[in-house]
Amino acid sequence: MEVPILKQGNYLIATIQAALSDAALLELRDELVERVGRFRARGVVLDVTVLDVMDSFTARTLRGIAHMTKLRGARTIIVGIQPEVAFAMTQLGMTLEGVETALDLDGGLAALRRRTKGGGNRGR
Amino acid sequence: MADEIRVAIDSEADIVVARQQGRTLAAELGFSSGDLTLIATAISEVARNIVVYAKRGEIVLSHANQGSRRGIVVVARDEGPGIPDIAQAMQDGYSTSHGLGLGLPGAKRLMDEFDIASQVGKGTTIVMKKWARRHG
Repeated sequence: MEVPILKQGNYLIATIQAALSDAALLELRDELVERVGRFRARGVVLDVTVLDVMDSFTARTLRGIAHMTKLRGARTIIVGIQPEVAFAMTQLGMTLEGVETALDLDGGLAALRRRTKGGGNRGR
Repeated sequence: MADEIRVAIDSEADIVVARQQGRTLAAELGFSSGDLTLIATAISEVARNIVVYAKRGEIVLSHANQGSRRGIVVVARDEGPGIPDIAQAMQDGYSTSHGLGLGLPGAKRLMDEFDIASQVGKGTTIVMKKWARRHG
């Protein structure tokens, strides 16, 4: 597994560490969908800060992750899309429609806390 | 600076190699970081097109010079099944592989020049260029 998945309270946090092959991205998808059930997770934050390219395959797979985890009862928030990447995605005509995004990890966790009651670490 | 970089595309793992090589060459040519991302994304799309439809092929990266303009040339070549209807393949949303159908038209939008030649049963060659914007 190239992407570590951390469990924090009711949330899973997956942080991509380096450019991913298609196979590694699909492995991450399958792993997240499985772990949402295993840990009864309510939310997932997927950090893509390190990605310097988001091509149509990557965007389609991220959309798939968001939809599949939702069907399993967890909200996924994609965080860390870089400005250049956002620009290229728009030029390419790609949208992450129906997928929640936030600026960074903190923003993603804050959004999850607002939207799923009683998740994460309390009393911070 | 190498004059020409050839990246064999034999599997999807080579897509990452091709776009990283393209980014490196484009950085040497003085492209802005925003342009580097556009170029790398376009390379990713045409390289994936090779893997999905032709299984193997190559990406050749080189310099473009036209008067005082400098740029990068990306050639994506395969000997795959070819594209029967190029106009259709260049339409947004058209895909025969359950993709988003953004690959080729998207790559065209990201680059300054885009030419595609294809013959059924012989293969496909795409030539894309992007020119570095002059600073100052």
